[in-house]
Amino acid sequence: MIELKNISMIFGQGTVNENLAINGINLKVNEGDFITVIGSNGAGKSTLFNLIAGSITPTVGAISLNGADITRHPEYRRARFIGRIFQNPLLGTASNMSLEDNMMITRKKGFKWLKRSLNSRMREQFRGELVQLKMGLEERMKENLALFSGGQRQALTLLMMVLSRPELILLDEHTAALDPKNAQIVLELTDRFIREYGLTAMMITHNMHHAIEYGNRLLMMDKGEIIFEASGEEKRGLTVEKLIDKFHQIRHQSFENDRTLLADD
Amino acid sequence: MIEGIFVEGLIYGIMVLGVFISFRILDFPDLTVDGSFPLGAAIMAQCILSGTSLSLALLLAFAGGVLAGVVTSLIHNHLKVPNLLAGILTMTMLYSVNIRVLGNRANVPLLNHDTVLTKVTELLSGIVPDDYILLVFFVLVAMAIKLLLDIFFRTDLGMTIGAMGNNEQMVISQGVNPMTLKSIGLGLSNGLVALSGAFAAQYLGFADVGLGQGIIISGLASVMIGEFLILKSNRIGVLTLCALLGSVCFYAVMYVGRYYGYVVNMTPNDLNLIKGVLIIILLVLTQGKKLKKSAVKTVVKND
Ligand SMILES: Nc1ncnc2c1ncn2[C@@H]1O[C@H](COP(=O)(O)OP(=O)(O)O)[C@@H](O)[C@H]1O
Ligand SMILES: [Mg+2]
Repeated sequence: MIELKNISMIFGQGTVNENLAINGINLKVNEGDFITVIGSNGAGKSTLFNLIAGSITPTVGAISLNGADITRHPEYRRARFIGRIFQNPLLGTASNMSLEDNMMITRKKGFKWLKRSLNSRMREQFRGELVQLKMGLEERMKENLALFSGGQRQALTLLMMVLSRPELILLDEHTAALDPKNAQIVLELTDRFIREYGLTAMMITHNMHHAIEYGNRLLMMDKGEIIFEASGEEKRGLTVEKLIDKFHQIRHQSFENDRTLLADD
Repeated sequence: MIEGIFVEGLIYGIMVLGVFISFRILDFPDLTVDGSFPLGAAIMAQCILSGTSLSLALLLAFAGGVLAGVVTSLIHNHLKVPNLLAGILTMTMLYSVNIRVLGNRANVPLLNHDTVLTKVTELLSGIVPDDYILLVFFVLVAMAIKLLLDIFFRTDLGMTIGAMGNNEQMVISQGVNPMTLKSIGLGLSNGLVALSGAFAAQYLGFADVGLGQGIIISGLASVMIGEFLILKSNRIGVLTLCALLGSVCFYAVMYVGRYYGYVVNMTPNDLNLIKGVLIIILLVLTQGKKLKKSAVKTVVKND
């Protein structure tokens, strides 16, 4: 599906701030994969997602989607195939618009024309889709999104993204800004949607338990490299302790933020 | 003459709708306006002098404005120039263009020529009392444009443009190129501004390169007055109405200042100072609201 070949990303090349954020990464994402990504702050996780989504272009290397080279395609073109959710719940929806208008805009990818497609039939369809969230939002379709909580907005972003049937979804700590209860709800929704709709997904999380519990593959990143990968049987047998040991073995140093990794939230 | 108070507000109200689109819907502070307003006036004047059909002239003025807006968006999008600077660049270039359009003159009088306004006066005299013909005409024109805009911003395209002003990332994530949307939005905005300039030239009886000087400030002040007048709403129909009413109020105040300011020892030269002070007062008054708004945002973030 998506393949990264020898990708490196250098920020501020040739300046005093030169920073090798991604260092020669090779990665093949197969259809149906649900990959969790862990690593300390600054490891390059978000940068990796930015490279896949196209908001930045790699300094070296090539990215292909289903065999076609997309290394230089702008983000908006890749967005037709790649869905993305950020940590900030405000980034997925427009606050100044009603729920139904937001759903109209995200209903279909690509340029919008001069027709008005929001009609009663579509509203019915939206209602049916919103019911899946079990948040009662189907009764609030005319309300401005500014009135919704972060958890509700993130759940909506997730639903709207899933409905547009992307080939790959990228979740960048998408529950980290939510309170524990909402984080759990959104995470479970995520897992459910990925299964039900047979999506291919990558999920960055700072919670090692989640990284182990969800998905079929796990990547550990450090200093711009993927230093450890587990899948299948090996992944199922992982524990937080084993992961931390792995890091010690590979890097001969203690994990920069053992504390956050062991956090139970 | 009392109707003159409102006529100006309605003519310039078309410009205010344009400014509303760039500043409020696109969230793009566009200074092209100071150049596209006299551009519309110049194109209209040149068409009138050369005997071009008046409806075609209005269309050309609109098209000229669209082009100006698109130039600004292209400078901004492709050269990664900040939006303010992109607008100033186009505005500066337009100064020369406008003099060219006026036939290497800075001012072209239109008295004793047939204009849209003389035609309308002929047509409506007898039906509407003479003093109110222009008022009726411009109420109709301004409302028609307002309604068309309302319809446009309820279409899929219009709504997506609205979403971009609020959240560009969302639009990118939808697979839409935000540059295209900005070009469309700025084109529409400046088209309206130029159309307003075309009507203003006919109303004033001349076109002048200096016609647009500081017009953006008047436009912005009108938008802010409109927002201040009416409760916050996200319905496009209410917002465009606010913009028009804001314009009518603003130009009524300016009108009074111009004709009766001498009572308090004020000259027309003081008007720019008054406009600036007015905007500062409005900014201070709305600051409170803004703070509340950002507080709401932080709550959502920490939710
Ligand atoms: N747009 C950017 N410009 C410059 N440096 C950046 C940019 N984005 C990320 N970086 C740097 O790249 C490194 C990796 O950052 P990031 O991918 O955000 O880490 P993570 O998401 O794993 O915490 C950091 O050193 C960060 O400062
Ligand atoms: Mg990150």
